[in-house]
Amino acid sequence: MATTVVSDAPPRPATTVERLEDDWAETPGLGSWVGTVDHKRIGLRYLYTGMAFFVAGGIESLLIRTQLAGPDLDVLGPEAYNQLFSMHGVTMMFLFAMPVLSGFGNFFVPLMVGARDMAFPRLNAFGYWVLLAAGIFLYSSFLVGRAPDAGWFNYVPLAGEAFTPDINIDFYAIGLIFLGISSTAGAINFIVTILKLRAPGMILNRIPVFVWGELAMALQIVFALPALTLASVLLELDRKFGFHFYDPGEGGDPVLWQHLFWIFGHPEVYIVALPGFGIASAIIPTWVRRPLVGYTYVVIGELAVALIGFGVWVHHMFTVGLPNIPVGFISLASFTVAIPSSIQVFAWLATLIAGRPILRTPLLFVLGFIFIFVVGGVTGVMFAAVPFDQAVHDSYFVVAHMHYVLVGSAVFPIFGALYHWGPKMTGRLLDERWGKVSFWLMFVGFNLAFFPQHLLGLFGMPRRVYSYDGDLGWDAYNLASSIGAFILALGILVTIANWFWAKARGEPAGNDPWRGETLEWYASSPPAPYNFVTVPTVRSREPMWDQPELAFGAQAPEDGGRPLTGGHLTLSTSMLDARPQAIVHMPHASIWPLLFSLALLALAYSVLLELWPLTAGAVVACGASVMGWFWPRGQTQET
Amino acid sequence: MPRNRALPAAAVAALALAACGGDTPSVLDPSSDAGRRVEGLWWVLFWISAVVVAVVTGFLLAAMRRRRAAREAGDGDGEGEGEGDGAAGAAGAGDVDTRPVPWGDPFVVLAGVVVPGGILAVTFVFSLGVLGDLVDPPEDPALEVEVVGHTWWWEVRYPNGAVTANEIRIPAGESVELVLTSADVIHSFWVPELQVKKDNIPGRANRMWIMADQAGRFRGQCAEFCGLQHAHMELEVVAMPPDEFEDWMADEAEPAAEPQTTEARDGSEIFTTASCAGCHTIRGTSADGTLGPDLTHLADRQTIGAGLVPLTPEDLAGFIADAQDLKPGATMPPTELSPQEVDAVVAYLMGLE
Repeated sequence: MATTVVSDAPPRPATTVERLEDDWAETPGLGSWVGTVDHKRIGLRYLYTGMAFFVAGGIESLLIRTQLAGPDLDVLGPEAYNQLFSMHGVTMMFLFAMPVLSGFGNFFVPLMVGARDMAFPRLNAFGYWVLLAAGIFLYSSFLVGRAPDAGWFNYVPLAGEAFTPDINIDFYAIGLIFLGISSTAGAINFIVTILKLRAPGMILNRIPVFVWGELAMALQIVFALPALTLASVLLELDRKFGFHFYDPGEGGDPVLWQHLFWIFGHPEVYIVALPGFGIASAIIPTWVRRPLVGYTYVVIGELAVALIGFGVWVHHMFTVGLPNIPVGFISLASFTVAIPSSIQVFAWLATLIAGRPILRTPLLFVLGFIFIFVVGGVTGVMFAAVPFDQAVHDSYFVVAHMHYVLVGSAVFPIFGALYHWGPKMTGRLLDERWGKVSFWLMFVGFNLAFFPQHLLGLFGMPRRVYSYDGDLGWDAYNLASSIGAFILALGILVTIANWFWAKARGEPAGNDPWRGETLEWYASSPPAPYNFVTVPTVRSREPMWDQPELAFGAQAPEDGGRPLTGGHLTLSTSMLDARPQAIVHMPHASIWPLLFSLALLALAYSVLLELWPLTAGAVVACGASVMGWFWPRGQTQET
Repeated sequence: MPRNRALPAAAVAALALAACGGDTPSVLDPSSDAGRRVEGLWWVLFWISAVVVAVVTGFLLAAMRRRRAAREAGDGDGEGEGEGDGAAGAAGAGDVDTRPVPWGDPFVVLAGVVVPGGILAVTFVFSLGVLGDLVDPPEDPALEVEVVGHTWWWEVRYPNGAVTANEIRIPAGESVELVLTSADVIHSFWVPELQVKKDNIPGRANRMWIMADQAGRFRGQCAEFCGLQHAHMELEVVAMPPDEFEDWMADEAEPAAEPQTTEARDGSEIFTTASCAGCHTIRGTSADGTLGPDLTHLADRQTIGAGLVPLTPEDLAGFIADAQDLKPGATMPPTELSPQEVDAVVAYLMGLE
């Protein structure tokens, strides 16, 4: 497959472009469809899959808001309600936000750092297939009416075998262990790509802020996810083999789950938020025609959030009755984490003021994000104040806060990115007028849906209740919230329709419709399989603005462009100052990542259903697919 | 975006309005010193937050006023497809201003680090002060009450042996120590008008104190998701004048009242011989089950099913006949008693004052 030149092959084409086409072309067909390792195709798959789950999670939330539109309604029973709110949380965190943000990362990180693919293309394909398999695994729970029903936080002992003997929780625990494989594979790939495959000259302080955001996210995933995996493994040992890790009756401790879960769970919030911050930092300069103000502070801010984010988990546990000394320290860390966030907010504001904004849809979504995120941020600081946290903990105030933070810092930037980067991904421009309609529907709908929930929390309404009494003064706020949810959903639908309309009939975008500053605009739209005709040499933080020769899509060799033909080749550079070190041979399409993930899916179902012979078979299949993947073939080792 | 500016104002108006709402168990309408400390902290946090949001919104609006015509961004350079063609981008890059922003970094450090750092430091110290004040009651509690969370009701135990459910009676104006535990999963004790909340965790005994200014009824509800009927796990703290409370507590420890009518006597007989007694205790009789609430003085309570329905003969009969209908998932199974037998049991229970 790899590089052997057969004697009767046609002669090598003459021009660089033709040679690259020859090297990188994928024969259309099923083999290339299931085997592709192209980071752009994989990135789009992440995006489409994540958006499909976004629609599923959105339908769940509309059912929830319908049930809560008035007091004592009977749209959903408690069992259905608990499954829906649990899956809504699991879906939005694990199956929407992380995949979509990984999708943008997959598509744009190699482009923005000037590489021709991710560092481990097959691992990349594997990460996607595992995500898809794990998503199908989790959602298959609905087919048997046994979806996870103890919340995305899944507290024991409620989630233990004694109180939830059915397989609902096994879907959750095994599903998350399974998903963790995908996230970890993706995170490692991002880290290596960003540290080792940058274009020559892209020294650390020229890395685009979005790429820094993906790096911070990836580092958090690598360090936070093991806690969740461990917690889930202990839970399955408890549930299936009677290990009693969490059973207070046998010397176990239910609070252990809470520590492990939130050591993962709080960084998870930033895992979802940091790439969103990065998207904002990518969109603003283009649309105000000015480089980002305070770049160094913004980057330090992103990394500081990622670091301090590991020190605040106990603020989810202020009512557990932990000693006041650690509670005080966690409170301090929770106040502190507001500072790196406010650095970024004021850097964005300074850039907006220093430049001249062009108020098109991508920037509108970012302005909406800044407003929403700041509202969520100030209520976040409120939770750092322990007595206030204890007062409104587990009330609707928290529901309001975390939707302001998460919808603010993930959904609004993602939708801005659909308009900003969509033309690069599909080659077509989305409709601007419908984009604005979508933004205003989403912005108004969002605030109507979630602002009243602050008040509900202050007025004593707890979270996760499927029903409430009509004599408590909660009705009007709940009704407003439900109406807002439907307006928000309508705004989302407008953009989804806009996307598919643009794909079919949108105006062609051209390479650089917005005259952006970073290297993704150096590629064609959509980019060719090899991304760039020449791997560029970078001399600026905003190369597309400062290096006019890049505008022609093929930096000439005398300007530092490297064609690198003769295989799947990209350049590896040194970590700090991006000096060229080696030419890397990238692997070609392969079926093995898919086969490996199918074997893992069989393994997950076999453990779920306790079909132990099948488990043994699935383990053998996993081993066989890894062997197939790494079987030596000729001279190039393909990973 | 004028609505942004209106939000804090609307919030203040709405909060002021709701703070005087009658039945709303509001954190902003406290009936205790502890509650007022927390309310004071809230208003400090609220006004700081309102100013921050207003400042940021001001910047956003100022930026929007500086917007330029959309044509400068172009509607895309329609024909620019394929690699090697980006001429339009190069030609249009002239509107980019790459000069350094001299005030940029100092502004980011000042507005992003120094100012918020100062505000956060002061707020942190203030909140720690409130936390410290809430640790101990003004005077040592004379009374200790054990509150045990069950799926989905609250067991309340007094030191003199009195046991009740879902209604926690306390003497008004005196601090009371609560010992919070759980018989099954994690619950969380929350009475918004009196105190912050604390979890009932199996295998642990959390302590907190509460004190109500004056006599009154204060609604609370389980705050930690605990399964199917988490929504219907209410409780009420009933603060009484101290001498009335002493009498009540003494009476509550007494055995159950003897049935007074023939029907009630039949009901008593049915209760102790049918499955009722397997789960419920009525002190002074042979019924000593512990799975469900103690019913010794049921008729003194105002609701059944942990705040689900008012305690009336009709609702009680309905609950006994099929608790699953009113509270799906509750531990209590549908009864095998005939309607006449249910009525007799109701007559008996309604006499347990």
